[in-house]
Amino acid sequence: MRMYKGLSIILGFLFLGEAITKLTKIPVPGNVVGMVLLTLALLFGLVELRDVEEVATFLIRNMSVMFIPPGVGIILYWSMVRAQLLPISVALIASFAITIIFTAKTVELIRR
Amino acid sequence: MASFGLFVTLGIFYALSRVYEKRGGKFYLNPVLLSILIISVGLKTSGISYQFYMKSARILFFLLGPAVVSLAIPLYRERKTIVSYAKEISIGILSGGLVAALTAFYIAKLLGANKSVLLSIAPKSITTAIAIGVSSKIGGIPALTAVLVILTGIMGNAVGVELLNLARVKDRVARGLGMGVTSHGLGTARIILDDELSGAVSGLAMALNGVYSSFMLPYLIILLMRR
Repeated sequence: MRMYKGLSIILGFLFLGEAITKLTKIPVPGNVVGMVLLTLALLFGLVELRDVEEVATFLIRNMSVMFIPPGVGIILYWSMVRAQLLPISVALIASFAITIIFTAKTVELIRR
Repeated sequence: MASFGLFVTLGIFYALSRVYEKRGGKFYLNPVLLSILIISVGLKTSGISYQFYMKSARILFFLLGPAVVSLAIPLYRERKTIVSYAKEISIGILSGGLVAALTAFYIAKLLGANKSVLLSIAPKSITTAIAIGVSSKIGGIPALTAVLVILTGIMGNAVGVELLNLARVKDRVARGLGMGVTSHGLGTARIILDDELSGAVSGLAMALNGVYSSFMLPYLIILLMRR
């Protein structure tokens, strides 16, 4: 029974997040708003951790398989991606190296 | 025959995950990226349409919604760590999230990438589940974003720790933040093997950067596209 309770709570917050972004027209994904609201509900004791813990852990552990179907959508844009492979790869690699070093160095600086 | 997409996705992912585990988690054997690659090539060569594949595979895509909401649970559990490193985490995320998007956007632009590529590459340091949503909100191609995010994660997993050593970053919290903000989940999985505190901070940085960037990026993009 707890699984249904947990799923209902999580889907309820997802729906709430989607409704809020739709009504306010803020350009933020509804699921992120739902996540923020659920965090607040847990902090304020409106939702109990043990009710949602199990389902949430299952969904998070199995999240990576959920990236496959949207990722496969790349076949619809393949010719465009192939034409722009150079800017895409250079930007991806350079931005990665700059971001990781910049962020770590900045944080290290303020901790001294 | 609507079951095709779901069957193929789960079957291939299972087989590749076993290979990945047997080989001790080599970064180039990442089962998600390889599954995307194999299924894409398979659909292309057989002429099966993406729409047909998605008939049942869509349910996995749908589950991303509740999975993102579920990220509230680790965030709530780790609230004490967030409070103890509040200053470091906020500075790391505020600056790192911005640098990630700006460098990717401008380097790609300088090299002549078109608008949809720019909008798809800007969210590449956000954790995949959230990045897909952000990409569609700002007018990018969620499929391209998903692949770029996974590649960014793989880079962190492969050479992130070495890069941090090369830059002589010794502070464990700083290392965790650099990794989490840049290479999200796949980076976190690597740095947690080095140091538990770095790993915990990296995981938090990933989740919080996802929240911060999904509020910040749409407005940053409006500014960037105006010029």
